[in-house]
Amino acid sequence: MLKIENLHVNYGGIQALRGISLEVPDGKIVTLIGANGAGKSTTLRTITGLVKAASGSIQWNGEELLGKSIDKIVTSGIAMSPEGRRVFPDMTVLENLKIGAYLRKDKAEIEKDIKWVYSLFPRLEERSWQLAGTLSGGEQQMLAVGRALMSRPKLMMLDEPSLGLAPLVVQDIFSIIREINRQGVTVLLIEQNANMALKIADLAYVLETGTITMSGTGAELLADERVKEAYLGKNS
Amino acid sequence: MQELLPYLINGISVGGQYALIAIGYTLVYGILRLINFAHGDVFMVAGLVMVYATTSMPFYIALPLVLIATVILGFVIERVAYKPLRSAPRMSLMISAIGVSYLIQNLAFYITGGVPQPVSNPIPWISENVTILGASTKRVTLVTPVLTILLVVALVYLINHTKIGMAMRAAAKDFETAQLMGIKINAVISMTFVIGSFLAAVGSMLYFTNYPSVAITSGGMPGLKAFVAAVFGGIGSIPGAVVGAFIIGLCEEIIKGLGYTTFSDAFTFALLIVVLCVKPTGLFGEKVTDKV
Ligand SMILES: Nc1ncnc2c1ncn2[C@@H]1O[C@H](COP(=O)(O)OP(=O)(O)O)[C@@H](O)[C@H]1O
Ligand SMILES: [Mg+2]
Repeated sequence: MLKIENLHVNYGGIQALRGISLEVPDGKIVTLIGANGAGKSTTLRTITGLVKAASGSIQWNGEELLGKSIDKIVTSGIAMSPEGRRVFPDMTVLENLKIGAYLRKDKAEIEKDIKWVYSLFPRLEERSWQLAGTLSGGEQQMLAVGRALMSRPKLMMLDEPSLGLAPLVVQDIFSIIREINRQGVTVLLIEQNANMALKIADLAYVLETGTITMSGTGAELLADERVKEAYLGKNS
Repeated sequence: MQELLPYLINGISVGGQYALIAIGYTLVYGILRLINFAHGDVFMVAGLVMVYATTSMPFYIALPLVLIATVILGFVIERVAYKPLRSAPRMSLMISAIGVSYLIQNLAFYITGGVPQPVSNPIPWISENVTILGASTKRVTLVTPVLTILLVVALVYLINHTKIGMAMRAAAKDFETAQLMGIKINAVISMTFVIGSFLAAVGSMLYFTNYPSVAITSGGMPGLKAFVAAVFGGIGSIPGAVVGAFIIGLCEEIIKGLGYTTFSDAFTFALLIVVLCVKPTGLFGEKVTDKV
């Protein structure tokens, strides 16, 4: 289980996170929704170690993550598909997957996991030798997810996987997120597309300018008037 | 044609030496977006170490020592002068590089007393005369291009087919995402300086065997030429640096062969200006992307 307590993060003078606390229980899908600039990406980037926290704590199965190097955090079973996908454009699809397993040494198991990722995303297998930069947005998102899976994470964090994708493609991605979760991977999902995220989430948090303002099950927040007004639009 | 032949052979050799230096510029630029102004001075230091080492010990100990000393120098420069500036503006990094360049030259001045150190046949076999197609030349002229090509092939293999090479390519594209994969960025950057310095040391040994002495400013011209070669080929691109270096080496020598020796340096820098005006990305360069 991932447990964040009273986490503060600043960028120079800007307070991006003002003491947030949240929990991601094992085996669940947890979502963090919020408007642009609320601090969602900052939360994930602090968990991975890309951003340094000012104070607070992030416990992962009882172990403190703050102050650990990124590679140690990845090795401990946390992976992230970053905002904007960030696949390596000059590498092939296969190389992108291999680099996701950079810290692993078990060659045979890596081969197995490549097959596993290809079974989740058959479109990637067809494009194994294609340069990642030439993939469509949806395919790049699949690759970013597949690449993160290659470290064989216990906790998979996704930063706005639906960003800029057509609705049908978004549905594909979300159904695969569910499938990954069914196979035992805990998911922490960040979304502006609150509707889709809340529908698949066991647990949800609302982040507003660096503070958590609401939490509950996905269904609870989906039914909440304030959430409806602020994040779901009138007709949803 | 027959009169030009020795110049052509020489040009290929000089091109190889430029290539070995140019790769250091292009690798470091690829990963840090930094023109490492100290690189020419690292090249000069390798020459000095060769002079000192070969006069005081057998060459089979001296030459590996030159390689090791140069690699350590490159590694230390990065750790001391560039690593602390990782998140500083690019301009600070550049100024630091210029500072390192002057620091090395001044240290070399202190050690040599400002006197050019004579090179006296440091690697005997390589300085012997041979005759090729009727032209007489030193063996180093033939060894250089062959060794250069072998090293470039090895480097390209390393970059395209090994794990550390994959990490270097990833880091050159995107620091943050590379880190998310578990790649230790600092180790990868150190590795590029180690490789660049190693190749510069090889280039230096080949270059200075043909010269009467090593002075503290001896790194300047070859360093600049190699830099032009890297820009001409498209900075950041290894094939670009190699092709650019051979073209410049050949052109310079052909110009000399035609009797315009005075203009051979000017040609190289004129070429730089033309490239920057007409095709700033060089022969093989990609669009310059600003890295965050
Ligand atoms: N590298 C940075 N430097 C300075 N400010 C930043 C940086 N990254 C994010 N911020 C600021 O921190 C706040 C939260 O940003 P972010 O976590 O990216 O929000 P979200 O992902 O919810 O859109 C914003 O005000 C943003 O401008
Ligand atoms: Mg964001």
